[in-house]
Amino acid sequence: MRKILEWQIATLTRVKAETPTVKTLTFSLPSWVPHFPGQHYDIRLTAPDGYQTERSYSIASEPERGGEIDLTVERLEDGEVSPYLDDVLMVGDQIELRGPIGGYFVWEAQMGEPLLLVGGGSGVVPLMSMVRHWAAAGSKVPVLLLYSVRSPEEVIYSDELNHLCEMRDGLRIFYTFTRQTPPGWTGYQRRIDAQMLHEVVSQISKPFRVYICGPTLLVETAANHLVQLGIAAENIRTERFGPTGPSL
Amino acid sequence: MKTLPMDVNTALMLDGNAAGGMLNEIFSTEMTTSPTQCAHCGRHGELGSLQAFMHGSGAVLRCPACESVIMRIVQTPEFTYLDLRGATFLRLDRAVLNR
Amino acid sequence: MADSFISRGFLGKRRQPEVEGRVPPGQYVTPDFPVLSAGPTPHTPLDRWTFQISGLVRQPVSWSWEEFLSLPSKTYLTDIHCVTKWSKLDTQWKGVSVETLFTNIDLDPKAMFVEAFSDGDYTTNLPLEDILHDQAFVAYEFDGKPLQPEHGGPARLVVPHLYFWKSAKWVRGLNLMERDSPGFWESLGYHNRGDPWKEERYRGD
Repeated sequence: MRKILEWQIATLTRVKAETPTVKTLTFSLPSWVPHFPGQHYDIRLTAPDGYQTERSYSIASEPERGGEIDLTVERLEDGEVSPYLDDVLMVGDQIELRGPIGGYFVWEAQMGEPLLLVGGGSGVVPLMSMVRHWAAAGSKVPVLLLYSVRSPEEVIYSDELNHLCEMRDGLRIFYTFTRQTPPGWTGYQRRIDAQMLHEVVSQISKPFRVYICGPTLLVETAANHLVQLGIAAENIRTERFGPTGPSL
Repeated sequence: MKTLPMDVNTALMLDGNAAGGMLNEIFSTEMTTSPTQCAHCGRHGELGSLQAFMHGSGAVLRCPACESVIMRIVQTPEFTYLDLRGATFLRLDRAVLNR
Repeated sequence: MADSFISRGFLGKRRQPEVEGRVPPGQYVTPDFPVLSAGPTPHTPLDRWTFQISGLVRQPVSWSWEEFLSLPSKTYLTDIHCVTKWSKLDTQWKGVSVETLFTNIDLDPKAMFVEAFSDGDYTTNLPLEDILHDQAFVAYEFDGKPLQPEHGGPARLVVPHLYFWKSAKWVRGLNLMERDSPGFWESLGYHNRGDPWKEERYRGD
């Protein structure tokens, strides 16, 4: 039976700081339905004079966690909505949400094939929903996450990702730091390019699915290089975040 | 997939997913997986794979192969206007629409 | 609106003090120059760029980029108003008045309307009366510098007394017509004329 998509009033129950500029907000939903990893919710804010604005945020949590969702939000200094979510919204406050939305950029463990996830900055958020679902479902598919980030402090979900790598077989993470590396770092330290993708792709058995998410330039570059490496375009799904983050 | 010169207009380009909420409102169902065909060049693809320009006076979805306009949506305070002339067809799943 | 859920503590960022008499109803002033995008930026090489006046004229006219730049030009200081509610005051442009473009062109007396057409397939329609008498110009400089591609460069139409969607970016010409022909946004719910002082945003306003 299908439900019509409607706005519902959700309550903020938890806030977790992931990095100096990124927070995860946990909302409990009166009409929660399980989502597919990769989907998003729209939020709508209304000022007393009736002015409204909407934004879309990818769901960070796995569908196995019922009744609530995590949205991970990056604070954009000249943003209209993210400073409100960061500074004003408090545990106990309510917000209008609509979702889950999206059918194109979704992954489910039952799809079966090896997975390449390519994320830039806050683009890792929907990919994290996929990784958490992969873990919760006890999936055996190999997952490789290529995560581009400016500096070690800006890695979102750092502890959890390390923990998952240690505790579970089949998850590998390649970080590439574009501005500042951790001390003693011997891994990638540049923007994602053809050579890097070639090396990463050679470690995954084909055919595999690719999900790329992040700033438009990173997504375009990665998608084009993968096509040139012979990956079929229909196996590549992209989610562009626009020039300044998930303003969608 | 084409490489476009990077500037603000291109950086503002998103995927059809970004129109997912708006399209769900109009069609009362998830539309980003709806197959469609470009009326200009014939490319087949899901709505989610189209180029979406959402930061304008309305939403414009374009063919990633030829950049022609496939769909336009304007939401005024009272009405939604929809122009689908750039699509040869949109396909909706009946099994999903039946309640 | 009274039944709407109100987000505690949300005011929106666009609160700016109003400037007496210069800001049309429902608008707010911004120091930025927002880019609204309906498609990728067209890039026509200047050696292939032309500006045409066609349709109900005795003889269609076309200028190359060089010819266009050598036409008599003026600087303009004006306010602009976008239908998405932002207004930008004291914008400075340099360009050729449409009045100048029409010098030496025989307009058919039946010509009542204009369709401005652009690279990227954008069109917008205007009554001829709205672009004569120095009310409109084709600009190739903004703020003392060549007009950037994302703001419509190399040249765009500017019609400051109407909502800014009428100021067609990447404009390539004007087509003179006997009957009105709604353009890209006018055919999809936006107002046919777009006078910001009468808040003519949408069809039926």
